[in-house]
Amino acid sequence: MGSTLIEKIFAHNIGADSVKAGDIITVGVDRVMIHDIFIPFVKDKFEEMGFTKIWDPDRTVLIYDHLVPASQLDDPRHHHIGDEFCDKYGVKNVHRSDGICHQLMTEAGYVRPGDVAFGTDSHTVTYGCVGAFSTGIGYTEMASILGTGKLWVRVPETIRINIEGTLPANVTSKDIILTIIGDLRADGATYKSLEFAGSTVDAMSVASRMTMSNMTVECGAKCGLFSPDEKTAEYCGLDGLDDFLVTLRGDDDAVYSKVLNYRAEDFVPVIACPSQVDKIKPVSQVIAEAASMEEGSIVPSVGLIKDGTIRVDQVFIGSCTNGRLEDLRAAAQVLKGKHVAPFVKLIVTPASRKIYREALADGTLDTLAEAGAMITTPGCGLCCGRTGGILTDNEVVVATNNRNFLGRMGTSKVNIYLASPVTAASCAVAGEIVMPGR
Amino acid sequence: MGMTIAEKIIARAAGLESVHAGEIHTVTLDYLMSNDGTTHLTIDMYNKLRNPRIADKSKLVWIVDHNVPCDSPKTAASQKKMRDFARDNGITFYEGAGVCHQIMCEKHVVPGQLIFGADSHTCAYGALGAFGTGVGCTDYLYGMVTGGSWVMVPETIRFNLTGKLRDRVTARDLILTIIGLIGANGANYHAMEFVGDGMKNLTMSDRISICNLCVEAGAKTALMEVDDITLAYLEEHGGRKPAACFKSDDDAVFEKTYNIDLSTIVPVVAKPHFVDNLAPVDDVKGVKINEAFLGSCNNGRIEDLRLGASIIKGHKVADKVRFLVVPASQEVYRQALREGLLDIFMEAGAMVMNPNCSVCWGSCQGVIGAGEVLISTGTRNFKGRAGDKNSFVYLGSAATVAASAIAGEIVSPYTY
Amino acid sequence: MEQFKGKVWLLGDDIDTDIIIPTEYLALKTVKDMAPYGFSPLRPELASKIRPGDIIVAGKNFGCGSSREQAPEVIKALGVRAVIARSYARIFFRNAINNGLLLIENDTLCDDVKEGDEITVNVGESIEYNGKKYPISALPDNLLDILEAGGLVKAMQKLNGII
Repeated sequence: MGSTLIEKIFAHNIGADSVKAGDIITVGVDRVMIHDIFIPFVKDKFEEMGFTKIWDPDRTVLIYDHLVPASQLDDPRHHHIGDEFCDKYGVKNVHRSDGICHQLMTEAGYVRPGDVAFGTDSHTVTYGCVGAFSTGIGYTEMASILGTGKLWVRVPETIRINIEGTLPANVTSKDIILTIIGDLRADGATYKSLEFAGSTVDAMSVASRMTMSNMTVECGAKCGLFSPDEKTAEYCGLDGLDDFLVTLRGDDDAVYSKVLNYRAEDFVPVIACPSQVDKIKPVSQVIAEAASMEEGSIVPSVGLIKDGTIRVDQVFIGSCTNGRLEDLRAAAQVLKGKHVAPFVKLIVTPASRKIYREALADGTLDTLAEAGAMITTPGCGLCCGRTGGILTDNEVVVATNNRNFLGRMGTSKVNIYLASPVTAASCAVAGEIVMPGR
Repeated sequence: MGMTIAEKIIARAAGLESVHAGEIHTVTLDYLMSNDGTTHLTIDMYNKLRNPRIADKSKLVWIVDHNVPCDSPKTAASQKKMRDFARDNGITFYEGAGVCHQIMCEKHVVPGQLIFGADSHTCAYGALGAFGTGVGCTDYLYGMVTGGSWVMVPETIRFNLTGKLRDRVTARDLILTIIGLIGANGANYHAMEFVGDGMKNLTMSDRISICNLCVEAGAKTALMEVDDITLAYLEEHGGRKPAACFKSDDDAVFEKTYNIDLSTIVPVVAKPHFVDNLAPVDDVKGVKINEAFLGSCNNGRIEDLRLGASIIKGHKVADKVRFLVVPASQEVYRQALREGLLDIFMEAGAMVMNPNCSVCWGSCQGVIGAGEVLISTGTRNFKGRAGDKNSFVYLGSAATVAASAIAGEIVSPYTY
Repeated sequence: MEQFKGKVWLLGDDIDTDIIIPTEYLALKTVKDMAPYGFSPLRPELASKIRPGDIIVAGKNFGCGSSREQAPEVIKALGVRAVIARSYARIFFRNAINNGLLLIENDTLCDDVKEGDEITVNVGESIEYNGKKYPISALPDNLLDILEAGGLVKAMQKLNGII
């Protein structure tokens, strides 16, 4: 019997010939990521547990991103605790304002194909884009890894997702993953590994794959994996794929709990509606439904209907989901020569310092600024909802991040729609929810 | 008896031949500027009026700049109130375009005007030969509804500037020195007028920096004459023409005149917790910092960013120091982008933000925590201004701030 | 076999971690400071009404969203004895066990029970409500070990010989 991708990663990690779904194993951890918002708790638990040294400081990465720049008086305290922790335990891999943790972990080369990594953030699943197993844990478990270098995991079953063909214009990997989440629902992949394959996936950049891996946790997945290929090798700065890495794909005779087959041509621009990530509708449907709603009314979980459309107050382009250069470029292509609609705010937050600089160099940020975008420094920004564009009752935001839960970006009456950068940028120009590239 | 610039501007606004210090006159206002600090309060009061009406919408300029991007539901609600009112009433509205005073200078103010702003640093417009003064939301409301107000004509203190600032000594050092000289209420209710041969050696950016800070000496307003530099700036920025160009008469009466040789000015800082708590930078060398800020209506212009970038190029921000660089407007942001300055800052490890009041406002972006130390080109360093009530703010020039960001402690701007 | 009774607070499906404890409170110094804001976006009055020993009954996918461990910690700090849900999000599940918060899975109780009613829990065996018995299963051994130790911190303390 063959193995799924995750079974191969885990077998390799523990030095077994194979493992199977359901097995409870203890993995040796290749890398851990801790961010600013939870480092005080990690430190407390670590010391409370009685540990006096980190198993391997070089495998530990500390990234400040949720609280950058500081917006509340208590934020600098987190940074001081982080700095003291690093000094005390010899952690040298610290990034204080270089961008979002999930962007940096692969961009800066900390996580590579085949690795087993954990992070104190649910979107740690992001690194599956390079064929690594990575998943989010709480700070208590993180503390136990820091002390022991190990963690128990139950080998998950795998849902295999095959996507073949060419995507239509203005349809992106964000639309793909939102569609899949809509089909599986918020708990449809709970405890499972999602394994992506197919010609569409092969044609994607690592950045596009990252968008998909990033969001797999939103349908409950333990991880979201792509097989490493030459693109992965190039992105990760590897000379090529070694003997183990070339085997990292699901075997033909592997056992999957479910197989989903999609044709790329069937995908359409979609949007996650307030206030659940799995409340997915085609953008065209949202527009059609709005046209039949009462003019001038504020519809709960929809927004203000004016001239038969949903008014948009703010657009946010950024986050670990869609804050990369190709996302900013896609937005710039929509905005070039145009302007953000009157009384609408467009906030752009590049995912890393490196991306910001690349977008400076190639004119992308200038195009966005000319169109009226507010470009903020790299960090989580509005996505984590502490600052960065907070809203009030009945306002509508179209955002490229990964969550639209109630109260996430302000009051419980803020309507958060999740979409691709193309769709979001189009809404910024129109001042209403529109089809991308209109 | 001749008139000062301040008297001439008020006379014009009052429709009178002449006015003199000490008199109270009714004036028509040329502009009424309000930002997201208080506009929502003005609107609330407006809505309670029995007969609410706006005298002249074209004179209102509303700008969201203090909490951008927005940091809380409460602020979001007040900004929405402002935005909705502006949209519904056809009021000129900016959000995200930059700091209010920078926008006003770049796009609206012309020489000779009398302007109320619901923000203390409205005195900045003196750089463009306009009488700008800060008012509260009630005075603002009155102006909004009637188009005018009453003013008491201020006495003028004159500053006769000669010579030229030395290398890496800036207009910021100059105005801080002046404030240190006359004290935090040394110009209380006065106009501060800047003239002299030295003026031709001060760019428009320098002039805005100087006038902007005068309120920290208690001044009602700051004023300068219109010259070629002024006219060139207006021409570059929308081809604006002056309403009137005023100079003080030879026989105008000044309460006091100071003669200042610009070449004697040295780099200085204002120490915690007062703007007039002056000291030469050399006296505070070695004070460890947690954060540095380059920006604000005082020093967020292209000249400030150029100066900061020229110092930091090739260096890195000190390891645990947070260095925020915030251009004062989208126009400055784009120019800094095209000149490669933003990349210099980002390469050095600074955090470049969108144009807004940022650290100077101290409420939601780059706040400092308990016990922390900030060196800043912002306008104020009162206790708790930038964050925690037990924190420390030093004010200095763009050069001093940039150099200190590299060192991780306050150093002379000549260090790098 | 352990048994306890408790009053029910009933919640729906997909109760996410942003509802359980919104991000804006995450920088408060202690979980005790955060607890009053538990569930506030959805039910602002709930935190002040929960009494020690009460039980939360919920639908599917309880605890979905962020890895914030403060979510189960806040529930525990409010005095909740156990959570009974149709299903749990996986990070929340681990975090809860690690903090000694008892999680029980049952598919049908949430459809039958009413808020304010009392139920009896026979740990690892069944729930009794309104004369009916709802079967529940025991946790896997490795998780029981952590729960029995009193949470992961205590388990690690034992490992390091400090208790």
